[in-house]
Amino acid sequence: MSPEKGINIDPQTKASSSSNNKKVVYHTKDFNLWYGDNHALKDINLSFNEKEVTAIIGPSGCGKSTYIKSLNRMVELVPSVRTSGVISYSDKNILDKTFKVEDLRTRVGMVFQKPNPFPKSVFENVAYGPKIHGIRNKKVLNEIVERSLRGAYLWDEVKDRLNENAYGLSGGQQQRLCIARCMAIEPEVILMDEPTSALDPKSTLHIEELVQELKKEYSIIIVTHNMQQAARISDKTAFFLNGEVVEFDKTDTVFTNPADSRTEDYISGRFG
Amino acid sequence: MANNNDLNKNSKVNVREMIANNKEKNSLSNITEKLVPTLLFLITAVSILTTIGIIYTLLSEAIEFFRRVPIWEFFTSVELDPFGPDPEFGILPLINGTIISSLIAMAVAGPIGLMTAVYLSEYASEKVRRTLKPLLEVLAGIPTIVYGFFAFTFVTPILQLIIPGLSLTNILSPGLVIGVMIIPMIASLSEDAMTSVPNSMREGALALGSTKLEVALKVVIPAAFSGIISSFVLAISRAIGETMIVAIASGSSKDFTFDITESMQTMTAYIVEISSGDISTGTTMYYSLYAVAITLFVFTLIMNLLARYISRKFREEY
Repeated sequence: MSPEKGINIDPQTKASSSSNNKKVVYHTKDFNLWYGDNHALKDINLSFNEKEVTAIIGPSGCGKSTYIKSLNRMVELVPSVRTSGVISYSDKNILDKTFKVEDLRTRVGMVFQKPNPFPKSVFENVAYGPKIHGIRNKKVLNEIVERSLRGAYLWDEVKDRLNENAYGLSGGQQQRLCIARCMAIEPEVILMDEPTSALDPKSTLHIEELVQELKKEYSIIIVTHNMQQAARISDKTAFFLNGEVVEFDKTDTVFTNPADSRTEDYISGRFG
Repeated sequence: MANNNDLNKNSKVNVREMIANNKEKNSLSNITEKLVPTLLFLITAVSILTTIGIIYTLLSEAIEFFRRVPIWEFFTSVELDPFGPDPEFGILPLINGTIISSLIAMAVAGPIGLMTAVYLSEYASEKVRRTLKPLLEVLAGIPTIVYGFFAFTFVTPILQLIIPGLSLTNILSPGLVIGVMIIPMIASLSEDAMTSVPNSMREGALALGSTKLEVALKVVIPAAFSGIISSFVLAISRAIGETMIVAIASGSSKDFTFDITESMQTMTAYIVEISSGDISTGTTMYYSLYAVAITLFVFTLIMNLLARYISRKFREEY
Protein backbone atom coordinates (compact mmCIF):
# COMPACT_ATOMS: atom_id res chain seq x y z
CA MET A 1 0.00 0.00 0.00
CA SER A 2 2.99 2.36 0.28
CA PRO A 3 3.54 4.76 -2.60
CA GLU A 4 5.56 2.49 -4.81
CA LYS A 5 8.67 3.36 -6.75
CA GLY A 6 9.33 0.64 -9.27
CA ILE A 7 6.09 -0.64 -10.68
CA ASN A 8 6.27 -4.04 -12.25
CA ILE A 9 4.84 -3.98 -15.67
CA ASP A 10 2.85 -7.12 -16.16
CA PRO A 11 1.32 -8.34 -19.40
CA GLN A 12 -1.92 -6.45 -18.95
CA THR A 13 -0.25 -3.11 -18.82
CA LYS A 14 2.10 -3.81 -21.70
CA ALA A 15 -0.15 -2.11 -24.19
CA SER A 16 0.27 1.28 -22.61
CA SER A 17 3.99 1.21 -22.03
CA SER A 18 4.81 0.03 -25.51
CA SER A 19 3.06 2.81 -27.40
CA ASN A 20 5.19 5.84 -28.26
CA ASN A 21 6.72 7.57 -25.31
CA LYS A 22 3.60 8.95 -23.76
CA LYS A 23 3.55 9.62 -20.07
CA VAL A 24 1.53 7.25 -17.95
CA VAL A 25 -1.02 9.14 -15.87
CA TYR A 26 -2.79 6.33 -14.08
CA HIS A 27 -1.40 3.05 -12.83
CA THR A 28 -3.63 0.43 -11.30
CA LYS A 29 -1.91 -2.50 -9.65
CA ASP A 30 -3.59 -5.54 -8.12
CA PHE A 31 -6.65 -3.52 -7.36
CA ASN A 32 -9.54 -5.30 -5.65
CA LEU A 33 -12.85 -3.87 -4.54
CA TRP A 34 -15.66 -5.30 -2.45
CA TYR A 35 -19.20 -4.06 -1.91
CA GLY A 36 -19.81 -5.71 1.43
CA ASP A 37 -19.17 -9.39 0.60
CA ASN A 38 -19.50 -8.93 -3.12
CA HIS A 39 -16.08 -9.07 -4.73
CA ALA A 40 -16.79 -6.60 -7.54
CA LEU A 41 -13.30 -5.98 -8.95
CA LYS A 42 -10.60 -8.62 -9.00
CA ASP A 43 -6.89 -7.97 -9.39
CA ILE A 44 -7.17 -5.14 -11.85
CA ASN A 45 -3.95 -4.11 -13.53
CA LEU A 46 -4.26 -1.27 -16.00
CA SER A 47 -2.49 1.92 -16.90
CA PHE A 48 -3.52 4.89 -18.93
CA ASN A 49 -1.45 7.28 -21.00
CA GLU A 50 -1.78 11.01 -21.20
CA LYS A 51 -3.65 12.52 -24.15
CA GLU A 52 -5.21 9.28 -25.19
CA VAL A 53 -8.75 8.00 -25.16
CA THR A 54 -9.18 4.70 -23.38
CA ALA A 55 -12.51 2.96 -23.64
CA ILE A 56 -13.74 0.51 -21.03
CA ILE A 57 -16.31 -1.90 -22.40
CA GLY A 58 -18.14 -4.88 -20.99
CA PRO A 59 -21.60 -6.17 -20.17
CA SER A 60 -23.75 -4.66 -17.42
CA GLY A 61 -22.54 -5.49 -13.94
CA CYS A 62 -18.98 -6.26 -15.05
CA GLY A 63 -17.56 -3.57 -12.78
CA LYS A 64 -16.58 -0.99 -15.40
CA SER A 65 -18.50 1.84 -13.73
CA THR A 66 -17.20 0.79 -10.34
CA TYR A 67 -13.68 0.88 -11.72
CA ILE A 68 -13.93 4.33 -13.28
CA LYS A 69 -15.45 5.65 -10.07
CA SER A 70 -12.51 4.20 -8.16
CA LEU A 71 -10.19 6.35 -10.24
CA ASN A 72 -11.46 9.50 -8.51
CA ARG A 73 -12.62 7.66 -5.39
CA MET A 74 -16.26 8.57 -6.00
CA VAL A 75 -16.94 4.91 -5.33
CA GLU A 76 -16.42 5.63 -1.65
CA LEU A 77 -19.83 7.29 -1.54
CA VAL A 78 -21.15 3.75 -1.20
CA PRO A 79 -20.70 3.09 2.53
CA SER A 80 -19.82 -0.63 2.38
CA VAL A 81 -16.90 -0.32 -0.05
CA ARG A 82 -13.49 -1.85 0.76
CA THR A 83 -10.45 -1.83 -1.49
CA SER A 84 -6.98 -3.29 -1.70
CA GLY A 85 -4.07 -2.76 -4.06
CA VAL A 86 -2.74 0.41 -5.57
CA ILE A 87 -4.09 3.04 -7.90
CA SER A 88 -1.41 5.60 -8.50
CA TYR A 89 -1.98 8.93 -10.13
CA SER A 90 1.13 10.93 -11.01
CA ASP A 91 3.07 8.35 -8.99
CA LYS A 92 1.06 8.88 -5.82
CA ASN A 93 -1.18 6.20 -4.38
CA ILE A 94 -4.62 7.76 -4.34
CA LEU A 95 -5.99 4.99 -2.13
CA ASP A 96 -3.68 6.10 0.63
CA LYS A 97 -5.75 7.39 3.54
CA THR A 98 -3.62 10.49 3.79
CA PHE A 99 -4.21 11.36 0.15
CA LYS A 100 -6.42 14.44 -0.20
CA VAL A 101 -9.29 13.34 -2.34
CA GLU A 102 -10.35 16.92 -3.19
CA ASP A 103 -6.97 17.51 -4.82
CA LEU A 104 -7.37 14.39 -6.89
CA ARG A 105 -10.83 15.37 -8.05
CA THR A 106 -9.59 18.83 -8.95
CA ARG A 107 -7.08 17.26 -11.32
CA VAL A 108 -9.35 14.47 -12.53
CA GLY A 109 -12.72 15.61 -13.79
CA MET A 110 -15.75 13.43 -14.26
CA VAL A 111 -18.74 13.40 -16.57
CA PHE A 112 -21.67 11.26 -15.47
CA GLN A 113 -24.11 8.97 -17.16
CA LYS A 114 -27.05 11.31 -16.72
CA PRO A 115 -26.37 15.00 -17.22
CA ASN A 116 -26.29 16.51 -13.72
CA PRO A 117 -26.01 20.27 -14.00
CA PHE A 118 -26.66 22.27 -10.86
CA PRO A 119 -30.04 24.00 -10.72
CA LYS A 120 -28.26 27.28 -11.29
CA SER A 121 -27.72 29.47 -14.33
CA VAL A 122 -25.57 28.24 -17.22
CA PHE A 123 -22.90 30.71 -16.16
CA GLU A 124 -22.94 29.68 -12.51
CA ASN A 125 -22.67 26.02 -13.49
CA VAL A 126 -19.41 26.58 -15.33
CA ALA A 127 -18.13 29.11 -12.80
CA TYR A 128 -18.83 26.81 -9.85
CA GLY A 129 -15.53 24.89 -10.05
CA PRO A 130 -13.26 27.91 -10.43
CA LYS A 131 -15.17 29.66 -7.65
CA ILE A 132 -14.78 26.93 -5.07
CA HIS A 133 -11.10 26.82 -5.91
CA GLY A 134 -10.79 30.50 -5.03
CA ILE A 135 -11.09 32.28 -8.39
CA ARG A 136 -13.32 35.26 -7.68
CA ASN A 137 -12.33 37.90 -10.21
CA LYS A 138 -15.40 38.53 -12.36
CA LYS A 139 -13.39 39.26 -15.50
CA VAL A 140 -11.36 36.09 -15.15
CA LEU A 141 -14.52 34.07 -14.50
CA ASN A 142 -16.16 35.50 -17.60
CA GLU A 143 -13.18 34.45 -19.64
CA ILE A 144 -13.08 30.94 -18.13
CA VAL A 145 -16.80 30.44 -18.73
CA GLU A 146 -16.61 31.53 -22.33
CA ARG A 147 -13.52 29.46 -23.04
CA SER A 148 -14.97 26.35 -21.42
CA LEU A 149 -18.29 26.68 -23.22
CA ARG A 150 -16.48 27.20 -26.51
CA GLY A 151 -14.34 24.18 -25.73
CA ALA A 152 -17.48 22.10 -25.25
CA TYR A 153 -18.97 23.51 -28.50
CA LEU A 154 -21.84 24.97 -26.56
CA TRP A 155 -21.02 28.67 -26.59
CA ASP A 156 -22.96 29.60 -29.73
CA GLU A 157 -26.07 27.86 -28.45
CA VAL A 158 -26.08 29.39 -24.97
CA LYS A 159 -24.25 32.71 -25.23
CA ASP A 160 -27.55 34.62 -25.09
CA ARG A 161 -28.95 32.64 -22.20
CA LEU A 162 -26.04 32.44 -19.79
CA ASN A 163 -28.27 33.61 -16.95
CA GLU A 164 -31.04 31.13 -17.54
CA ASN A 165 -31.46 27.96 -15.51
CA ALA A 166 -29.41 25.11 -16.93
CA TYR A 167 -32.41 22.82 -16.65
CA GLY A 168 -33.96 24.68 -19.58
CA LEU A 169 -31.31 23.21 -21.90
CA SER A 170 -31.83 20.02 -23.88
CA GLY A 171 -30.31 16.77 -22.61
CA GLY A 172 -27.42 16.92 -25.06
CA GLN A 173 -26.74 20.55 -24.22
CA GLN A 174 -26.85 19.73 -20.52
CA GLN A 175 -24.26 17.01 -21.00
CA ARG A 176 -21.98 19.36 -22.93
CA LEU A 177 -22.53 21.90 -20.15
CA CYS A 178 -21.33 19.28 -17.67
CA ILE A 179 -18.26 18.74 -19.83
CA ALA A 180 -17.69 22.51 -19.92
CA ARG A 181 -18.11 22.62 -16.14
CA CYS A 182 -15.48 19.93 -15.87
CA MET A 183 -13.10 21.74 -18.27
CA ALA A 184 -13.45 25.00 -16.38
CA ILE A 185 -10.99 23.85 -13.73
CA GLU A 186 -8.63 22.48 -16.37
CA PRO A 187 -8.16 18.96 -15.09
CA GLU A 188 -5.56 16.64 -16.56
CA VAL A 189 -7.83 13.63 -16.95
CA ILE A 190 -11.54 13.44 -17.74
CA LEU A 191 -13.40 10.34 -16.66
CA MET A 192 -16.61 9.70 -18.56
CA ASP A 193 -19.11 7.20 -17.26
CA GLU A 194 -21.34 6.30 -20.21
CA PRO A 195 -21.72 9.97 -21.09
CA THR A 196 -23.99 9.39 -24.06
CA SER A 197 -26.27 6.66 -22.79
CA ALA A 198 -29.05 9.11 -21.96
CA LEU A 199 -28.72 11.07 -25.19
CA ASP A 200 -30.19 10.92 -28.68
CA PRO A 201 -27.94 9.98 -31.65
CA LYS A 202 -27.31 13.56 -32.72
CA SER A 203 -26.21 14.67 -29.27
CA THR A 204 -24.13 11.50 -29.03
CA LEU A 205 -22.34 12.47 -32.23
CA HIS A 206 -21.67 15.93 -30.76
CA ILE A 207 -20.11 14.40 -27.66
CA GLU A 208 -18.05 11.92 -29.66
CA GLU A 209 -16.62 14.70 -31.82
CA LEU A 210 -15.94 16.65 -28.68
CA VAL A 211 -14.00 13.74 -27.20
CA GLN A 212 -11.77 13.71 -30.26
CA GLU A 213 -11.06 17.40 -29.72
CA LEU A 214 -10.52 17.05 -25.98
CA LYS A 215 -7.95 14.35 -26.55
CA LYS A 216 -5.47 17.00 -27.65
CA GLU A 217 -5.44 18.47 -24.16
CA TYR A 218 -6.74 15.82 -21.83
CA SER A 219 -6.42 12.14 -21.08
CA ILE A 220 -9.82 10.57 -21.38
CA ILE A 221 -11.13 7.37 -19.87
CA ILE A 222 -14.59 6.52 -21.08
CA VAL A 223 -16.92 3.76 -20.02
CA THR A 224 -19.34 2.81 -22.73
CA HIS A 225 -22.02 0.25 -23.49
CA ASN A 226 -21.76 1.05 -27.12
CA MET A 227 -19.03 -0.95 -28.83
CA GLN A 228 -19.21 1.05 -32.04
CA GLN A 229 -18.60 4.12 -29.94
CA ALA A 230 -15.56 2.53 -28.35
CA ALA A 231 -14.27 1.55 -31.80
CA ARG A 232 -14.90 5.04 -33.20
CA ILE A 233 -13.35 7.22 -30.54
CA SER A 234 -10.80 5.31 -28.48
CA ASP A 235 -7.12 4.59 -28.89
CA LYS A 236 -7.12 1.72 -26.42
CA THR A 237 -9.84 -0.54 -25.17
CA ALA A 238 -10.14 -2.54 -21.98
CA PHE A 239 -12.68 -5.33 -21.87
CA PHE A 240 -14.13 -6.07 -18.43
CA LEU A 241 -15.99 -9.24 -17.57
CA ASN A 242 -17.23 -10.30 -14.14
CA GLY A 243 -14.96 -7.86 -12.37
CA GLU A 244 -11.82 -8.83 -14.26
CA VAL A 245 -9.90 -7.31 -17.12
CA VAL A 246 -10.05 -9.87 -19.89
CA GLU A 247 -8.20 -7.88 -22.45
CA PHE A 248 -6.49 -4.52 -22.74
CA ASP A 249 -4.87 -3.43 -25.97
CA LYS A 250 -5.01 -1.02 -28.86
CA THR A 251 -8.60 -0.57 -29.93
CA ASP A 252 -7.85 -1.84 -33.46
CA THR A 253 -6.35 -5.02 -32.07
CA VAL A 254 -9.17 -5.61 -29.60
CA PHE A 255 -11.81 -5.23 -32.27
CA THR A 256 -10.14 -6.97 -35.19
CA ASN A 257 -7.87 -9.51 -33.63
CA PRO A 258 -8.72 -10.11 -29.98
CA ALA A 259 -6.43 -12.39 -28.03
CA ASP A 260 -9.15 -13.83 -25.82
CA SER A 261 -12.11 -15.76 -27.20
CA ARG A 262 -14.44 -14.15 -24.63
CA THR A 263 -13.59 -10.74 -26.04
CA GLU A 264 -14.44 -11.97 -29.51
CA ASP A 265 -17.72 -13.42 -28.30
CA TYR A 266 -18.69 -10.16 -26.67
CA ILE A 267 -17.67 -7.95 -29.56
CA SER A 268 -19.43 -10.11 -32.12
CA GLY A 269 -22.56 -9.88 -30.01
CA ARG A 270 -22.78 -13.47 -28.82
CA PHE A 271 -23.51 -12.30 -25.29
CA GLY A 272 -23.79 -9.12 -23.23
CA MET B 1 -53.22 -26.03 -25.35
CA ALA B 2 -55.96 -28.46 -26.40
CA ASN B 3 -56.96 -28.77 -22.80
CA ASN B 4 -57.44 -25.05 -22.50
CA ASN B 5 -59.78 -24.92 -25.46
CA ASP B 6 -61.87 -27.73 -24.06
CA LEU B 7 -62.16 -25.90 -20.82
CA ASN B 8 -63.48 -22.80 -22.57
CA LYS B 9 -66.06 -24.72 -24.54
CA ASN B 10 -67.38 -26.78 -21.69
CA SER B 11 -67.36 -24.08 -19.04
CA LYS B 12 -70.67 -22.47 -18.19
CA VAL B 13 -68.90 -19.33 -16.99
CA ASN B 14 -69.49 -16.49 -19.38
CA VAL B 15 -67.54 -13.53 -18.15
CA ARG B 16 -68.88 -11.00 -20.63
CA GLU B 17 -72.46 -11.81 -19.70
CA MET B 18 -71.69 -11.65 -16.00
CA ILE B 19 -70.10 -8.22 -16.30
CA ALA B 20 -73.02 -6.93 -18.37
CA ASN B 21 -75.49 -8.24 -15.80
CA ASN B 22 -73.60 -6.66 -12.95
CA LYS B 23 -73.50 -3.35 -14.76
CA GLU B 24 -77.27 -3.25 -14.95
CA LYS B 25 -77.67 -4.17 -11.32
CA ASN B 26 -75.22 -1.55 -10.18
CA SER B 27 -77.25 1.49 -11.04
CA LEU B 28 -76.94 2.42 -7.36
CA SER B 29 -73.20 2.73 -7.64
CA ASN B 30 -73.71 5.08 -10.56
CA ILE B 31 -75.61 7.42 -8.33
CA THR B 32 -72.92 7.22 -5.65
CA GLU B 33 -70.34 7.97 -8.31
CA LYS B 34 -72.21 11.16 -9.19
CA LEU B 35 -72.91 12.17 -5.60
CA VAL B 36 -69.44 11.73 -4.24
CA PRO B 37 -67.86 14.78 -5.94
CA THR B 38 -70.71 16.99 -4.69
CA LEU B 39 -70.36 15.59 -1.21
CA LEU B 40 -66.60 16.12 -1.24
CA PHE B 41 -67.09 19.66 -2.49
CA LEU B 42 -69.48 20.41 0.36
CA ILE B 43 -67.04 19.06 2.89
CA THR B 44 -64.28 21.19 1.40
CA ALA B 45 -66.62 24.16 1.55
CA VAL B 46 -66.98 23.72 5.32
CA SER B 47 -63.41 24.74 5.99
CA ILE B 48 -63.55 27.58 3.50
CA LEU B 49 -66.82 28.86 4.91
CA THR B 50 -65.41 28.68 8.43
CA THR B 51 -62.49 30.84 7.34
CA ILE B 52 -64.83 33.31 5.71
CA GLY B 53 -66.98 33.29 8.84
CA ILE B 54 -63.97 34.03 11.04
CA ILE B 55 -62.83 36.87 8.84
CA TYR B 56 -66.37 38.26 8.75
CA THR B 57 -66.70 38.23 12.54
CA LEU B 58 -63.27 39.74 13.02
CA LEU B 59 -63.94 42.47 10.48
CA SER B 60 -67.40 43.45 11.63
CA GLU B 61 -66.37 43.69 15.27
CA ALA B 62 -63.14 45.44 14.38
CA ILE B 63 -65.08 48.02 12.38
CA GLU B 64 -67.14 48.74 15.50
CA PHE B 65 -63.86 49.25 17.38
CA PHE B 66 -62.58 51.68 14.79
CA ARG B 67 -65.78 53.73 15.19
CA ARG B 68 -64.70 54.37 18.73
CA VAL B 69 -60.94 54.56 18.35
CA PRO B 70 -59.62 56.19 15.16
CA ILE B 71 -57.70 53.70 13.06
CA TRP B 72 -54.62 55.94 12.75
CA GLU B 73 -54.47 56.30 16.50
CA PHE B 74 -54.70 52.54 16.93
CA PHE B 75 -51.80 51.92 14.58
CA THR B 76 -49.57 54.85 15.55
CA SER B 77 -50.01 55.34 19.25
CA VAL B 78 -47.51 53.78 21.62
CA GLU B 79 -49.90 54.19 24.53
CA LEU B 80 -51.80 51.08 25.51
CA ASP B 81 -53.85 51.25 28.69
CA PRO B 82 -57.17 49.46 28.33
CA PHE B 83 -57.89 49.32 32.07
CA GLY B 84 -57.18 52.92 32.98
CA PRO B 85 -59.83 55.52 33.75
CA ASP B 86 -58.99 57.12 30.41
CA PRO B 87 -58.31 54.02 28.24
CA GLU B 88 -55.73 54.22 25.48
CA PHE B 89 -55.62 51.78 22.59
CA GLY B 90 -52.37 51.90 20.68
CA ILE B 91 -51.31 48.56 19.24
CA LEU B 92 -47.65 49.40 18.70
CA PRO B 93 -46.47 47.98 22.08
CA LEU B 94 -48.11 44.68 21.16
CA ILE B 95 -46.71 44.63 17.63
CA ASN B 96 -43.33 45.49 19.09
CA GLY B 97 -43.58 42.63 21.62
CA THR B 98 -44.65 40.19 18.93
CA ILE B 99 -41.85 41.14 16.56
CA ILE B 100 -39.21 41.09 19.29
CA SER B 101 -40.22 37.70 20.67
CA SER B 102 -40.35 36.26 17.13
CA LEU B 103 -36.96 37.74 16.27
CA ILE B 104 -35.39 36.26 19.40
CA ALA B 105 -37.00 32.92 18.58
CA MET B 106 -35.74 32.97 15.00
CA ALA B 107 -32.27 34.03 16.11
CA VAL B 108 -32.21 30.77 18.07
CA ALA B 109 -34.13 28.45 15.78
CA GLY B 110 -32.88 29.67 12.38
CA PRO B 111 -29.19 28.83 12.74
CA ILE B 112 -29.67 25.81 15.03
CA GLY B 113 -32.45 24.35 12.92
CA LEU B 114 -30.57 24.85 9.67
CA MET B 115 -27.33 23.43 11.03
CA THR B 116 -29.20 20.46 12.41
CA ALA B 117 -30.74 19.91 9.00
CA VAL B 118 -27.34 20.11 7.29
CA TYR B 119 -25.90 17.63 9.76
CA LEU B 120 -28.77 15.19 9.38
CA SER B 121 -28.96 15.32 5.61
CA GLU B 122 -25.28 15.65 4.67
CA TYR B 123 -23.18 14.18 7.45
CA ALA B 124 -25.15 11.83 9.66
CA SER B 125 -25.16 8.15 8.79
CA GLU B 126 -28.48 6.59 7.94
CA LYS B 127 -28.62 4.98 11.37
CA VAL B 128 -27.95 8.19 13.27
CA ARG B 129 -30.52 10.02 11.19
CA ARG B 130 -33.18 7.44 11.77
CA THR B 131 -32.64 7.75 15.53
CA LEU B 132 -32.28 11.51 15.81
CA LYS B 133 -35.11 12.66 13.60
CA PRO B 134 -37.97 11.08 15.55
CA LEU B 135 -36.39 12.32 18.79
CA LEU B 136 -36.35 15.81 17.36
CA GLU B 137 -39.96 15.50 16.40
CA VAL B 138 -40.86 14.60 19.98
CA LEU B 139 -39.72 18.11 20.86
CA ALA B 140 -42.44 19.41 18.56
CA GLY B 141 -45.09 17.42 20.40
CA ILE B 142 -44.57 19.00 23.81
CA PRO B 143 -47.60 21.14 24.77
CA THR B 144 -46.82 24.84 24.74
CA ILE B 145 -48.05 25.30 28.29
CA VAL B 146 -45.17 23.07 29.38
CA TYR B 147 -42.76 25.26 27.43
CA GLY B 148 -44.28 28.29 29.13
CA PHE B 149 -43.70 26.81 32.54
CA PHE B 150 -40.21 25.79 31.54
CA ALA B 151 -39.45 29.35 30.45
CA PHE B 152 -40.83 30.88 33.64
CA THR B 153 -39.49 28.49 36.25
CA PHE B 154 -36.28 27.27 34.65
CA VAL B 155 -34.93 29.51 31.91
CA THR B 156 -35.66 32.86 33.55
CA PRO B 157 -33.86 32.02 36.86
CA ILE B 158 -30.81 30.83 34.90
CA LEU B 159 -30.85 33.96 32.76
CA GLN B 160 -31.11 36.05 35.93
CA LEU B 161 -27.77 34.60 37.04
CA ILE B 162 -26.21 35.79 33.79
CA ILE B 163 -28.06 39.08 33.41
CA PRO B 164 -28.53 40.51 36.92
CA GLY B 165 -31.02 43.21 35.90
CA LEU B 166 -33.44 40.76 34.30
CA SER B 167 -37.01 41.12 35.51
CA LEU B 168 -38.94 38.08 36.60
CA THR B 169 -41.19 38.44 33.61
CA ASN B 170 -39.28 39.38 30.46
CA ILE B 171 -39.46 38.83 26.74
CA LEU B 172 -36.00 37.27 26.41
CA SER B 173 -36.77 34.00 28.15
CA PRO B 174 -40.02 33.17 26.31
CA GLY B 175 -38.36 34.28 23.05
CA LEU B 176 -35.56 31.78 23.58
CA VAL B 177 -37.99 29.03 24.53
CA ILE B 178 -40.21 29.67 21.51
CA GLY B 179 -37.00 29.34 19.52
CA VAL B 180 -36.35 25.92 21.04
CA MET B 181 -39.93 24.96 20.32
CA ILE B 182 -39.68 25.74 16.61
CA ILE B 183 -36.22 24.20 16.05
CA PRO B 184 -37.73 20.81 15.12
CA MET B 185 -40.03 22.45 12.61
CA ILE B 186 -37.15 24.14 10.79
CA ALA B 187 -34.79 21.20 11.17
CA SER B 188 -37.23 18.58 10.03
CA LEU B 189 -38.73 20.45 7.08
CA SER B 190 -35.36 21.79 5.91
CA GLU B 191 -33.90 18.33 6.19
CA ASP B 192 -36.70 16.96 4.04
CA ALA B 193 -35.97 19.63 1.44
CA MET B 194 -32.24 18.88 1.48
CA THR B 195 -32.62 15.12 1.38
CA SER B 196 -34.79 15.43 -1.70
CA VAL B 197 -31.99 17.17 -3.60
CA PRO B 198 -30.84 14.47 -6.05
CA ASN B 199 -27.57 12.77 -5.23
CA SER B 200 -26.37 13.32 -8.77
CA MET B 201 -25.92 17.00 -7.90
CA ARG B 202 -23.77 16.18 -4.90
CA GLU B 203 -21.70 13.85 -7.08
CA GLY B 204 -21.32 16.56 -9.69
CA ALA B 205 -19.97 18.95 -7.10
CA LEU B 206 -17.74 16.39 -5.38
CA ALA B 207 -16.26 15.41 -8.74
CA LEU B 208 -15.11 19.00 -9.18
CA GLY B 209 -13.07 18.74 -6.02
CA SER B 210 -15.59 20.30 -3.63
CA THR B 211 -15.38 19.46 0.02
CA LYS B 212 -18.45 18.14 1.79
CA LEU B 213 -19.06 21.53 3.36
CA GLU B 214 -18.88 23.27 -0.02
CA VAL B 215 -21.36 20.78 -1.42
CA ALA B 216 -23.73 21.47 1.47
CA LEU B 217 -23.41 25.25 1.37
CA LYS B 218 -23.13 25.92 -2.35
CA VAL B 219 -25.17 23.16 -3.93
CA VAL B 220 -27.57 21.50 -1.51
CA ILE B 221 -28.79 24.55 0.42
CA PRO B 222 -29.34 26.66 -2.72
CA ALA B 223 -31.16 23.77 -4.41
CA ALA B 224 -33.33 23.23 -1.34
CA PHE B 225 -33.78 26.95 -0.77
CA SER B 226 -37.48 27.22 -1.39
CA GLY B 227 -38.17 24.35 1.00
CA ILE B 228 -35.93 25.91 3.62
CA ILE B 229 -37.69 29.27 3.28
CA SER B 230 -41.08 27.64 3.70
CA SER B 231 -39.87 25.95 6.86
CA PHE B 232 -38.69 29.33 8.16
CA VAL B 233 -42.01 30.95 7.37
CA LEU B 234 -44.01 28.23 9.02
CA ALA B 235 -41.77 28.61 12.04
CA ILE B 236 -42.12 32.41 12.11
CA SER B 237 -45.89 32.12 11.80
CA ARG B 238 -45.82 29.69 14.67
CA ALA B 239 -43.67 32.08 16.71
CA ILE B 240 -45.96 35.02 15.97
CA GLY B 241 -49.01 33.02 16.92
CA GLU B 242 -47.46 31.48 20.02
CA THR B 243 -49.53 32.41 23.04
CA MET B 244 -49.02 30.35 26.16
CA ILE B 245 -45.27 30.76 26.51
CA VAL B 246 -45.33 34.55 26.32
CA ALA B 247 -48.51 34.83 28.38
CA ILE B 248 -46.85 32.94 31.21
CA ALA B 249 -43.26 34.09 31.05
CA SER B 250 -43.41 37.61 29.70
CA GLY B 251 -46.03 39.20 31.93
CA SER B 252 -48.39 41.88 30.75
CA SER B 253 -46.49 45.12 30.61
CA LYS B 254 -47.93 47.34 27.93
CA ASP B 255 -44.96 49.71 27.78
CA PHE B 256 -43.41 50.44 24.48
CA THR B 257 -39.78 49.43 24.92
CA PHE B 258 -36.96 47.73 23.08
CA ASP B 259 -35.33 46.43 26.24
CA ILE B 260 -35.53 42.64 25.97
CA THR B 261 -34.85 42.19 29.67
CA GLU B 262 -38.20 43.84 30.42
CA SER B 263 -41.69 42.44 30.31
CA MET B 264 -43.52 42.92 27.04
CA GLN B 265 -46.88 41.80 25.81
CA THR B 266 -47.50 40.23 22.43
CA MET B 267 -50.73 40.47 20.49
CA THR B 268 -51.67 36.93 21.42
CA ALA B 269 -50.92 37.43 25.10
CA TYR B 270 -53.05 40.60 25.07
CA ILE B 271 -55.97 38.63 23.67
CA VAL B 272 -55.52 36.02 26.42
CA GLU B 273 -55.37 38.65 29.13
CA ILE B 274 -58.40 40.61 27.99
CA SER B 275 -60.59 37.70 27.08
CA SER B 276 -59.87 35.80 30.29
CA GLY B 277 -60.78 38.81 32.45
CA ASP B 278 -64.31 39.93 33.16
CA ILE B 279 -65.15 42.08 30.24
CA SER B 280 -68.62 42.89 29.15
CA THR B 281 -69.55 42.70 25.51
CA GLY B 282 -69.97 46.03 23.84
CA THR B 283 -67.15 47.81 25.66
CA THR B 284 -64.29 49.30 23.70
CA MET B 285 -61.98 46.86 25.43
CA TYR B 286 -64.07 44.00 24.12
CA TYR B 287 -63.95 45.30 20.58
CA SER B 288 -60.21 45.89 20.83
CA LEU B 289 -59.78 42.10 20.92
CA TYR B 290 -61.04 41.93 17.38
CA ALA B 291 -58.91 44.77 16.17
CA VAL B 292 -55.81 43.06 17.60
CA ALA B 293 -56.89 39.71 16.20
CA ILE B 294 -57.34 41.04 12.70
CA THR B 295 -53.95 42.73 12.89
CA LEU B 296 -52.44 39.40 13.90
CA PHE B 297 -54.22 37.74 11.01
CA VAL B 298 -52.93 40.30 8.51
CA PHE B 299 -49.47 39.87 10.00
CA THR B 300 -49.29 36.15 9.31
CA LEU B 301 -50.91 36.65 5.91
CA ILE B 302 -48.18 39.12 4.94
CA MET B 303 -45.56 36.67 6.20
CA ASN B 304 -46.94 33.96 3.97
CA LEU B 305 -47.14 36.17 0.89
CA LEU B 306 -43.64 37.45 1.51
CA ALA B 307 -42.33 33.92 1.82
CA ARG B 308 -44.02 32.85 -1.35
CA TYR B 309 -42.42 35.78 -3.15
CA ILE B 310 -38.96 35.07 -1.71
CA SER B 311 -39.06 31.38 -2.43
CA ARG B 312 -40.22 31.96 -5.99
CA LYS B 313 -37.54 34.56 -6.58
CA PHE B 314 -34.66 32.45 -5.33
CA ARG B 315 -35.91 29.08 -6.35
CA GLU B 316 -33.47 26.82 -8.15
CA GLU B 317 -35.62 24.55 -10.20
CA TYR B 318 -34.49 21.07 -11.03
